[in-house]
Amino acid sequence: MTCTEFLAQLDDLIDDEVTAEMRADLKEHLRGCDHCEVTLNTTRKTIEIYRSHEIYDLPNDLRDRLHSAIMARCKKGC
Amino acid sequence: MTDSPDDFSQPTAMATIQPIAGENEQHPDVALVERVRGGDVSAYDTLVRKYERQIFRIAQHITQNREDAEDVMQDAFLKAYEKLEQFQGNSKFYTWLVRIAVNESLMRLRKRRTGKMVSIDEDVETEEGSVPRDLADWAPDPEQNYTQSELAEILRKTIQGLPQGFRVVFVLRDVEGLSTEETAETLGLSVPAVKSRLLRARLQLRERLTRYFRQKKGGEK
Repeated sequence: MTCTEFLAQLDDLIDDEVTAEMRADLKEHLRGCDHCEVTLNTTRKTIEIYRSHEIYDLPNDLRDRLHSAIMARCKKGC
Repeated sequence: MTDSPDDFSQPTAMATIQPIAGENEQHPDVALVERVRGGDVSAYDTLVRKYERQIFRIAQHITQNREDAEDVMQDAFLKAYEKLEQFQGNSKFYTWLVRIAVNESLMRLRKRRTGKMVSIDEDVETEEGSVPRDLADWAPDPEQNYTQSELAEILRKTIQGLPQGFRVVFVLRDVEGLSTEETAETLGLSVPAVKSRLLRARLQLRERLTRYFRQKKGGEK
């Protein structure tokens, strides 16, 4: 397996959508390729970091204000 | 590397935020939608409360403007309320709501750019990041080197640099937890197009974050 072929399977690997056979091939490639291992691990970390950090916070007071405005309009029939 | 070989057989769980109901199991939103259709406004209050943060985040990611995101959030929920009769139930209420929010966000952008067409296909022709170039490994727990606000700023700046068409796919799929199929349906794209954009988005973000998170060599500060 080449690095390009590995990269083509990267998303499916991260999302756990590869067959057992493909998984074994990918694992074999990783044994001898530090570059792909770094790419795999840092890509996973990239996703995790965006999932676990709130970068656009909605403060509670703003949330309450927007929520009330929405519901007031809905009660009036919009 | 931080991951041991054992981690390979247990890939990071990409759990979806939205619980997916089984085929015979009704999603809890269906009952709420039915109650709203029957005139129970308090059921809509529950739906708004459940999804307002996600809708605000999505709007902010697309418009990159706080005031616009506030307007989009209100308009999306009001439009969904008005058009609830048109909701067929073929998709989840959340997916349907996200589609409305994405469209409202794009309309808002268009307005800001004085009528210039804005679409999610914008700037997706770039080849940047499609092949990893910076192969430096990251420091262990690189977030620890920054304060929460510094980290948030890095993450914002980095994702804002992505082409719109990649950013939206990454946000819906990886941040908000929609499936590939739901992301495709929401954006009116094919599944292969979503997959291709997702890979490019992930690789570009990874590459850009490497500038901040790379492992320092001996003696480097």
